[in-house]
Amino acid sequence: MNDMSEPTKGAHQEFADDLALYALGALSANERRTLDQHLAGCAACRRELENFRGDAALLALSATSPHPPLRSRDNLLTAIAHQPRGRSLRTVALRRPWWALVPVFATLLLAIFGLLLWREDSGLRRRLEQSRNEAAQREEQISKLQNELARAQEVVALLSSPEAMHVTLSRGGKPEPHGKALYLPSSGRLLLMASNLAPLPPNKTYQLWLIPQQGAPMSAGMFKPSARGEVMMQHEMPAGTDAKAFGVTMENEGGASTPTPPLLLSGNAGS
Amino acid sequence: MDLQSANASKPYIERKRSERVQSAGSQLAIKDSVLVSGVRAGDEHAMAQLYDRYSPVVYSVALRVLADTGAAEDVLQEVFLQLWRNPAAFDSNRGSLGAWLAVITRNRAIDSLRKRKPETAADEVVISVDLDIENETDRRRVLEKVRGLVNALPPEQRKALEMAFFEGLTHTEIAERTKEPLGTIKTRIRTGLLSLRKALG
Repeated sequence: MNDMSEPTKGAHQEFADDLALYALGALSANERRTLDQHLAGCAACRRELENFRGDAALLALSATSPHPPLRSRDNLLTAIAHQPRGRSLRTVALRRPWWALVPVFATLLLAIFGLLLWREDSGLRRRLEQSRNEAAQREEQISKLQNELARAQEVVALLSSPEAMHVTLSRGGKPEPHGKALYLPSSGRLLLMASNLAPLPPNKTYQLWLIPQQGAPMSAGMFKPSARGEVMMQHEMPAGTDAKAFGVTMENEGGASTPTPPLLLSGNAGS
Repeated sequence: MDLQSANASKPYIERKRSERVQSAGSQLAIKDSVLVSGVRAGDEHAMAQLYDRYSPVVYSVALRVLADTGAAEDVLQEVFLQLWRNPAAFDSNRGSLGAWLAVITRNRAIDSLRKRKPETAADEVVISVDLDIENETDRRRVLEKVRGLVNALPPEQRKALEMAFFEGLTHTEIAERTKEPLGTIKTRIRTGLLSLRKALG
């Protein structure tokens, strides 16, 4: 029996037989548990168990049979083409010695820690993404407003430029004075554009009147046309003032509280 | 097109093979570890090569345990699917893939025979045996030698080993069936395994 003890020299002799039985799967459950406890703290016996398993593998390799049927190969290759790769959870759930579970617990802890980090990271990413979207929307709005402002400035620049050519198109004859009022009741903002106005006598001014749905006409600003008889005036009425019509009169410098006839220009709102 | 970019479009295992042939200038079999790396990279061709190499061993072990071709085919399928799903269970730095597959197959077949849940996880089975069976010729030679060694064991040792390994009996059950003392069975099993190791070494 000398050859039996030689490979386990330095290990624990009392477990020598059991290691061989363990490698062949020939221990009872209780015996296996006892040996597992010893293996947890004995590297020499773990090495010897590996050796015995190698010997058991030789036994396995001694089995002979015809080759497996060809359909097995086809079945396998079809199966793996549809199988997701990666560690099967089933192998983790198997019964095994507790010391073999240490790396599993470590992996599990890492996985949980990783999951927490991932969740936090995901939350931060979502918030970052949301902020980015909001910023992008704001930039888009700003860009849109800038474009609108630029167009408005161009219009205003054209209208107010002394160099701009003002050509009134008509059927011929002497051009008649005419004007256009733009009025937004909700904000009270008012814009008057008029042309072909007669030059004012000294100490006189034109005055625009807003005729409300009910009540007396309200002054909507005074203006003096350019040498070409043109004007563009902005005025602000109390917000919410409704308007039935607009009219222009000529008044003494400083304006009047009630319009002095005749109405030089007039127009109904909504007409 | 340079070699690197030409190789980049080939499957993993093809790249390894071409590197091997170019460096060694020989037609050596691709190493198991290279094929397992291919499997890890999801190369189905590598998996097919491993199947061609080891399915006879796996099937033989399963059939020996189960004595039923249908059940043996099931285990064969299960063992290779498991390798495909979790190739990391095999530590290619230790032992041979063929020996590992043979032991895994035995465990799965016994579980199937007992209709029980797997008792041992595949990645827990660490085997220390150095067998050069990656090449077809070497494999045939080594397997024949192993069969010769097992057949050459004293009949009582061989019987005890086979009852434990292929029938999944505990030493107590073997003692009862053979009507031999428990200590004798233990000794026969251990002596038998050590004899195989010594004879191969």
